[in-house]
Amino acid sequence: MTAGVEWTVEGGVCELALGRAPCNEIGSEMLAALERFLAELDVSSTRALVVHSTARGGFSAGADLRELYHGLVARPEGEQEPALRDFIDRIHAVMDTLDTLPLTTVGVVHGVCFGGGFELALTCDVLVAEKTARFCFPELRLGILPGFGGIPRLRRDVSNAVVRDLLLTGRSINAKKAMAAGLVSQMVAPGEGLAAARAVANQATKFDADALATTKRFMKPIPRAELAEEKAHFLRLAQRPALREALRKFVESDDLRPYLP
Amino acid sequence: MSGSLERLIQLAAKRHGADAAALRPEDDVFEKLGIDSFQAVELMSELELEFDVEIPDYELQGVRTFGQLAATIDKRR
Repeated sequence: MTAGVEWTVEGGVCELALGRAPCNEIGSEMLAALERFLAELDVSSTRALVVHSTARGGFSAGADLRELYHGLVARPEGEQEPALRDFIDRIHAVMDTLDTLPLTTVGVVHGVCFGGGFELALTCDVLVAEKTARFCFPELRLGILPGFGGIPRLRRDVSNAVVRDLLLTGRSINAKKAMAAGLVSQMVAPGEGLAAARAVANQATKFDADALATTKRFMKPIPRAELAEEKAHFLRLAQRPALREALRKFVESDDLRPYLP
Repeated sequence: MSGSLERLIQLAAKRHGADAAALRPEDDVFEKLGIDSFQAVELMSELELEFDVEIPDYELQGVRTFGQLAATIDKRR
């Protein structure tokens, strides 16, 4: 176990609870916790994985922008690429592994599901959203694009028009809209997401492991070429002064809604 | 007070434990309800579902009061 990230396995169902304050920001500690979870997960005795958040604010607010900012300013210009590349390579490996687990994976989303948090949710096979859920890719506002594999995964699941709407406007959408777009499979009342996800996971425990894994492999190919392309775009954009300036504004902002595009 | 404004105030007050009778159209939504940025996100989802509208975030720039928020909702109904 790692502080704030805990998991249990019972009856063939693993539950991964993300509870790092304030809202499961994905920085070096969350990354290490996810790597450790995946290293310890025994897929041979597990048929389903439920990923949920115990943070009050939501599923995840995305990349840890404060850590990213301080990491960028601590290094001279021109010397930022190795650290950025290392983080991006590792988070891509985590997302790819989650994406291709030979299990049924169910994400439970409430509240904020922004940026990197949205990208994490997109690795799940099935998404259950509580009515409070809100999905957003605000990256363009920072002078970058989503860098954890979110664009190819979103494109795999919904229409290109929806992808463009979300990325190019940076607006957030609610659970109902996400369900209409085909992103979310069930919308439930606040507080009911985990129970609904457990019911989905229990279905998976009734199925033959080989049939389940084969079906998933067949129906959910990993878009490797696009993922590599997105990574290259991200690394180029992230090394420009525009990101540092946008992050400085974010870090220094006392705006209640700093995510507004 | 318009129907939307009244419904908005009732809903927001009930959700965040405020006294609806004490809320005025010119009051700052976020200060008066004492909500943080995560609660502000949840409130937007609740309002969109309640009023069956979609409010793009960029239309909320500068919207601070109950009256302004109700007017933004009405434009989308």
